[in-house]
Amino acid sequence: MSKIHVSTQVNGDQVEFLCEPEETLLDVLRDHLNLTGAKEGCGTGDCGACSVTIDGRLVAACLVLGAEVEGSAVETVEGIGAPDALHPLQRQILQHAALQCGICTPGIIVAAKALLAQNPDPSEQEVRYWLAGNLCRCTGYDKIIRAVLAAAGEMRGENP
Amino acid sequence: MSKQEFKILGTRPIRPDGLDKVTGKAMFGADKSATGMLHARILRSPHAHAEIISIDTSKAKALPGVKAVITGADFDDVENRWTRYTMQNCMAQGRALYDGHAIAAVAATSKKIAGAALKLIEVEYKILPHVTDVDEAMQPGAPLLHEGVKARKLGDDVSGNTVGYYSFGHGDVDAGFAKADEVIERRFKTAATHQGYIEPQACLADLGADGRGALWCTTQGHYMVRETCAEILGIDASQLRVTASEIGGGFGGKTTVFIEPVALKLSQKSGRPVKLVMSREEVFRATGPTMSASMDVKIGMGKDGKITAGHARLRYQGGAFPYNMVMMGAMSAFACYDLENVQSEGWDVMTNRPKMISYRAPGAPMAVYGVESVIDELCQKLGLDPIEVRLLNAAKEGTKSSYGPRFKAIGLVEALKAAKAHPHYSAPLPANTGRGVACGFWFNFGGQVSVSMAINTDGTVNLIEGNPDIGGSRASISMMAAEALGIPFERIRTIVGDTASVGFSDVTDGSRVTFAVGIATINAAKAAIRELCKRAAMIWEIDEDAVEWVDGTARPTGHNAGDFPPMSLAEIAATSGKTGGPIAGHHEGAPDKAGVSFGVHLVDLEVDPETGFTSIKRYTAFQDVGKAIHPAYVEGQIQGGAVQGIGWALNEEYIYGADGRLQNPGFLDYRIPVASDLPMIDAVIIEVPNPGHPYGVRGCGETAIVPPLAAVANGVAQAVGVRLFELPMSPPKILKAL
Repeated sequence: MSKIHVSTQVNGDQVEFLCEPEETLLDVLRDHLNLTGAKEGCGTGDCGACSVTIDGRLVAACLVLGAEVEGSAVETVEGIGAPDALHPLQRQILQHAALQCGICTPGIIVAAKALLAQNPDPSEQEVRYWLAGNLCRCTGYDKIIRAVLAAAGEMRGENP
Repeated sequence: MSKQEFKILGTRPIRPDGLDKVTGKAMFGADKSATGMLHARILRSPHAHAEIISIDTSKAKALPGVKAVITGADFDDVENRWTRYTMQNCMAQGRALYDGHAIAAVAATSKKIAGAALKLIEVEYKILPHVTDVDEAMQPGAPLLHEGVKARKLGDDVSGNTVGYYSFGHGDVDAGFAKADEVIERRFKTAATHQGYIEPQACLADLGADGRGALWCTTQGHYMVRETCAEILGIDASQLRVTASEIGGGFGGKTTVFIEPVALKLSQKSGRPVKLVMSREEVFRATGPTMSASMDVKIGMGKDGKITAGHARLRYQGGAFPYNMVMMGAMSAFACYDLENVQSEGWDVMTNRPKMISYRAPGAPMAVYGVESVIDELCQKLGLDPIEVRLLNAAKEGTKSSYGPRFKAIGLVEALKAAKAHPHYSAPLPANTGRGVACGFWFNFGGQVSVSMAINTDGTVNLIEGNPDIGGSRASISMMAAEALGIPFERIRTIVGDTASVGFSDVTDGSRVTFAVGIATINAAKAAIRELCKRAAMIWEIDEDAVEWVDGTARPTGHNAGDFPPMSLAEIAATSGKTGGPIAGHHEGAPDKAGVSFGVHLVDLEVDPETGFTSIKRYTAFQDVGKAIHPAYVEGQIQGGAVQGIGWALNEEYIYGADGRLQNPGFLDYRIPVASDLPMIDAVIIEVPNPGHPYGVRGCGETAIVPPLAAVANGVAQAVGVRLFELPMSPPKILKAL
């Protein structure tokens, strides 16, 4: 079967690519667009390390076909924060030492940003349930949850 | 050891690799590619035990796009038997020994073609009887994994799968049991659990026909990878340059090789770079989980809570090749206590399962689970407070440990006292809730280490070390360098060098990096300081011995030495080109005075009587770490270890069917703890300095996985009034017990 031509937006940039019908969005990002921030931890949608958003909706990029994102706006960790100013989530994760190996961190940041977009003032329990699809084996989640709550507070304009 | 004052140690700076890790720039194992690169895939055995009659790769080789196909026949024998086991675990020779054992591998121009080629490889198997349970594998007549490797001391009552036997202890346990007011003996079983790192094994190999090569891989020790691969491939270690990628978790699971020799061989055959990335299913089926265990623990106690004797018999299952890890369990089992009569014995047993590899405090959590459970039951029976009983029996400085040596300064009593005084221990408990307490122990390790430090002319410092940074060690090493030199943390950049950049370093394991690399860093700084003082003496035209280093500056030792204003590191470095050239310091060594570490965990948990589901309500972990260099990352180690232990206690297990196949090789069915399963984990750092480290560091990475198994089990026993003797305590098992 011949490849499929896809035209879409990734992190605000217009991109075009050719993909096999069975290639996932994660394959396309990593192998064709050289965006390796999203990680493959399982390939079955269980670990959340490949979390990205499509038109603002949080997805596991390993469960989406590359061909499905025609005409969409995809955001990955590489699109979060500016060169001179990290996103509050990125900054709070660093300040809280909320990573050890860092493999789950891109997915956590993308997923938490999607949460705060729809719920700017989540409870600890809401953060825990929202991030239940993002596995972290290093931290026990404690510092991640605290960092997300702190970032939410910062984004609401509260003093840290 | 007197309390030292520090300027930088104990602060919480942002880690130097942090920015790359929150922006997606950090390069992990699977993130690197090369021009002309091929993609590799591995064909794996669907059988638990089978003779490989034949492998026909002709159709796979004929598929357009396939550039190389290899099998076990492509690997020559190696002299060292332990390296041979590693090689035969990477690629089967003659027999498939477990479900998932590698049989053949393909390199092709795309992942898709490589996958299609695997389906064209024809393997004829003769299925053999298999065994996956440790007690069955020890029975005489059990299916045998390897001939001629049975432990010499053992008789005919155990099978040839029993490859190790160890015994530790002192005193007379029978006399001790006779003195007890209460003796309890229990049999325990714990399931095999996987390290569960989120990043699967991955590598990019490039090996030329001239025997020169480069390898990029995710590993806890790239020197180990270099030496193992060089031996297997028959090339010189100097010609294989191994670079450790950022590592996405290891927990012991990346202290050996699984795919690197395969990728190198495919590269050698095809003449092209080869990328090989494991799937999650492959990680579960073919990389090391930890051991499963079957154990008998007997403890005698007086009415006053004094333990009169303890005896543990540990039978560990470690998969398809010889190994020796039960020793660590036998040494750890009773290490928390000062006992007159104690004996622990251990048997290492092979089965048709993937070859075990270390998992955080390897061997200790299950043994300590058995001991801490029986102590808890004795406390219940005798109506004694579990922390008081542990305080009464706790090991302290001077105690002859159950495994032989006398302890130096240790912090178990301090941790127990902190736990007893903590508000958690006196908080009221609601209905269906139980409070569990348990202690834990781990040795920690020193090992070989190399550090190279360069002082730059702008007053900054580059430091190269050889241990992959698995949890923030570049930060703690930079902090120790800054403390030793007396300059700001930000002026130092620490990198993990490749195998051609800095001398040999042992694997990142045994909680050794902050301890051992720390000592090498401090000594490298001392060497640089000696040179800095020498240069200052030269500039001042005074004697070298008349210069000392104070707060990051060279100073005359006194008025007699001369009257000069202090000269900073930056000032001396700026003119180094005119005073003798670049200034540097390095250190190579094998520090061996790592300090043992103890922890005490408190857990409140609730058991739902209708579903059998256990939810953790509150968790506090106390641990003596000697000195916390970067307390936030020390807390992180304690929290992470505790949660892995909670997973082991409640959910995680390798499930084998009667056919010997692994039934749950994925994160959906092998369920590690998720954020919604847990409360905050309070980590309380205790600092009883290790006299064997200039700053008091013990190492902190592993101890925290040891207490949770028993702490959770003891909590469940308190909550429901019934004690389980098998892990994990999954909801169906708890429901059945109720």
